[in-house]
Amino acid sequence: MTARPIIEIRGLGKFYDGFEALKNINLDVHSGERIVICGPSGSGKSTLIRCINRLEEHTSGELVVDGIELGEDTKDIRAVRQEVGMVFQQFNLFPHLTVLENLTIGPVRVRKIAKAEAEARARKYLERVHIPEQADKYPAQLSGGQQQRVAIARSLCMEPRIMLFDEPTSALDPEMINEVLDVMVELAGTGMTMIVVTHEMGFARKVADRMVFMERGEIVEVAPPDVFFTAPKSERCRAFLDQILEH
Amino acid sequence: MKRGAGTVRRLRKLHWADWAILALLGLFFGYVWFQIDGTLKYKWRWEIIPQYLFRYDEEQGRWVANILMQGLINTVRISVLAGLLALVLGTALGLARVAQNLTIRMLARTYLEFLRNIPAVVVIFIFYFFLSEQLIAAFRIEAWARGIARGENAWIWELFFGDMRRFPSLISGIVVLALFESAFVGEIVRAGIQSIPRGQREAAQAIGMTWADEMRFVVLPQAMRKVVPPLANEFIALVKNSAIVSLISVHDLTYKTVELVSSTRAIFEAWITTAVLYGGLCFLLSLLFRRFERAER
Repeated sequence: MTARPIIEIRGLGKFYDGFEALKNINLDVHSGERIVICGPSGSGKSTLIRCINRLEEHTSGELVVDGIELGEDTKDIRAVRQEVGMVFQQFNLFPHLTVLENLTIGPVRVRKIAKAEAEARARKYLERVHIPEQADKYPAQLSGGQQQRVAIARSLCMEPRIMLFDEPTSALDPEMINEVLDVMVELAGTGMTMIVVTHEMGFARKVADRMVFMERGEIVEVAPPDVFFTAPKSERCRAFLDQILEH
Repeated sequence: MKRGAGTVRRLRKLHWADWAILALLGLFFGYVWFQIDGTLKYKWRWEIIPQYLFRYDEEQGRWVANILMQGLINTVRISVLAGLLALVLGTALGLARVAQNLTIRMLARTYLEFLRNIPAVVVIFIFYFFLSEQLIAAFRIEAWARGIARGENAWIWELFFGDMRRFPSLISGIVVLALFESAFVGEIVRAGIQSIPRGQREAAQAIGMTWADEMRFVVLPQAMRKVVPPLANEFIALVKNSAIVSLISVHDLTYKTVELVSSTRAIFEAWITTAVLYGGLCFLLSLLFRRFERAER
């Protein structure tokens, strides 16, 4: 791959309240790559992906997304955010808007496209996440799995180049996890660049190009899934995998 | 409505202790009555009050509002208009309190602390003499209002603002009251904004919204729904607080009562009537708001 990586992370660090949440993170992500980040809780996985769309500010190092270096400039930050979709653990749908309005508000207000076009696009993505019939309901009327799929569709409506997933299935009841993972697998099939923080190792095996293991704010190991799951190099990574794959 | 097993059952029957309390209260009021009637030799003249509520206009051949009713109507006008203005100013203030810019936040905080820690009457006088008077002179509102009073469409203006010749005084009352109330509305709105979960704002930011759009489309629509009940209470407080604009000679109910008392000397009758008018108005409003709230659920 000779093209410039779509995300370049160099020596990234984040301090807050005297706590070093991220230490010297280096990672390049190429367009179309699918990265799965795992690690024990508090290891900085969420903080790292939240830095990529600057919901968190890094305190040292360099972060370039789609050719734009993230700094203080709010215009740059908004430009990056339009290209980077994010799916949250708690869905964070707008409860006062219908599903359709949740999907069109970004394209209409941020991308400034016509309402009719935005609605057509919204219906297309609702079809993609298999809930076209829920367009006129409010988020509170949907199940958790449906809400998360709406949240994915909301991000896709912005037609981003990168999708970030911050533990997208952790707040779901077990029987709803698969419907969300299925949608994510299908999305991976379309060639979307994805960075996913998750403990769903079955999903990781299926779609990841590279696995990233983090602990205490550092990247401990980066490896393709076949190597990662069968022969991890570091002791800490092996211990972690033993724990979560036990059952 | 079903009651859970844990709720306290309200007694609906009076016991001897309750009768004792009521009897004591009765004795107390009886004593007050005795003092007024016996010691002060106060002559009650309730019969003169009705004519100051409504009077029969011979020229027009119909009943029209007389000074007390005019005062009540003006109080309603001032309250509604000041309430609307306070809502706009208060929302702006609430937004300023949570702004990203430090200067804006500090200015909003200063304004708020200034209003919260100074007695309303003092605030009213300061606003009146330093702001309203200057603004009215600067914008030539006096001449403009007289022009309307003489014009053809005067009746529409009078519906909202009463006698247009008194417009400058009314508008200073409204502005002054709205500025005063905006501080409290602002705090309610701020609390509403801050009650919206962080995830909502992050979701708005994550799709690239500006701060203004995030507020306008995501935060405020949710926050305003939450603050309707406290705002309704604040509006009732505003109706009662509006009595202080009588100090800057706005012709509201209190001002008219003072006028009535000085011309008739019917101190008790006039003030009791006014108390009933204010009390009735505010009680009706609270019943109305409570009904709305129940309908919301």
